Amino acid sequence: MNTVSASIALFIKDVRSELRTRYALNALLMFVVTSVSTILFALRSEQPGAQTFAGMFWVVVFFTAMSGLSRSFVAEAERGTTLVLQLVADSSVVLAGKLLANCALTLLLTTAVTILYLIVFPNFAIISVDIFVLTLVLGSLGFASAGTLLAAIIAKANVRGTLYPVLAFPVLIPLLMTVMNATTLALDGAPLIDAVTDLQVMAGYILVMTGGSFLLFEYVWND
Amino acid sequence: MERLIRIAKYSSIVLITFTLMAGIAIPMVSAPQGFFEFPIIPGLEQKARNIFYHVPVAWTTVVAFLTSMFFGLRYLRSKNSEDDIRSVVAAGLGFLFCSLATITGSLWAKFNWGSFWNWDPRETSIFALLLIYGAYFALRSAIDEEERRAKLSAVYSAIAGLTVPFFIFVLPRLVGGLHPGAKGDPSGSGPVVQFKMAPNMLVVFFAGLIGYTLFFVWIFSVRVRVEQHLYHLSQKES
Repeated sequence: MNTVSASIALFIKDVRSELRTRYALNALLMFVVTSVSTILFALRSEQPGAQTFAGMFWVVVFFTAMSGLSRSFVAEAERGTTLVLQLVADSSVVLAGKLLANCALTLLLTTAVTILYLIVFPNFAIISVDIFVLTLVLGSLGFASAGTLLAAIIAKANVRGTLYPVLAFPVLIPLLMTVMNATTLALDGAPLIDAVTDLQVMAGYILVMTGGSFLLFEYVWND
Repeated sequence: MERLIRIAKYSSIVLITFTLMAGIAIPMVSAPQGFFEFPIIPGLEQKARNIFYHVPVAWTTVVAFLTSMFFGLRYLRSKNSEDDIRSVVAAGLGFLFCSLATITGSLWAKFNWGSFWNWDPRETSIFALLLIYGAYFALRSAIDEEERRAKLSAVYSAIAGLTVPFFIFVLPRLVGGLHPGAKGDPSGSGPVVQFKMAPNMLVVFFAGLIGYTLFFVWIFSVRVRVEQHLYHLSQKES
């Protein structure tokens, strides 16, 4: 089996085992619902502007993604399947498979948050759809690219849950600032050309983080 | 090596003393004549003296961060615990200098820009660096096994180091800021600030820059020796 098909096989394995239990998916969707309800309670009938909406949108995505991404390697450790993975697959294959699974997870999460926001906030109007969709896709991939290696680090530490957002936040700051900026532009209805710099920064961030992860993952994964 | 560190020690003491004294004592006049008078920079006035302290300290923070990352990456290749000790010591000093740069910068911001914190791109960057150090030490305390701790914290400092170009080169161009060299600054935006200082100010400034860097080298070597002894003691006991 070559590298690509092996990583896809690993990705399918993750999707299958998730679909069997739906443990993470159900919990995460409920997490999204609870955090959006909290915002609804806090705002009551207040209708915030584009900048506040963009901020709140990514706050929900950030914390949901944190609890979702941190599980990707911890789940293997809890099931006791880490050793099997180390035996059957090369470290870069494991990273590629997990990266694919995490990209799917974050894309799903951002889509869910978007749908929920569109339903509950009548003023949440996406005027520049092109900017919004590109930001959503690149933002999700960015979260996954930085989050996968950190999830592997956290799976080897003692206190897993609380440490993950602490480790991830400073690394994610450049991405968070650009996605919030681009989302504000999308809600304000700016033309695509205004968001080009932001989108370029996101693409650069994804490339740098993915490349760095592939170089460093071996040291985390092999004991 | 011993001799070089002794040279670093004495020259850092001389240079920092010179910077502090010259930076505070030399009067600022509107038409400077000779070496012992600084020109007044419009908008900064007497507050400009902080440049001899704040900028070298911020510079040393970057040096310390890169030193820590360098020895972390060297550990990943050599698996030599000495490199891990050097990496941690540099990170600890980096945290100290980072706090000093934050405090001096924040005070300067209060008196020049009106508030202690403005979320200017450089303030955001130093905030992120403080968080990175916090996360780094939290991660280290969360792992018991020595080799694993060294390896994982080295990987973390490397992945955090990958965000540095974004903070230095990208962020100041995206968001408007107050520091020189930010977006919208008439003197030209870019990561490297053009030093438009009078020649005698430049002398004091670079004396500070070199002095604090040598101070870092000296304290770094002292702390490394202390940590090495502590490490060997703990190895003997176990």
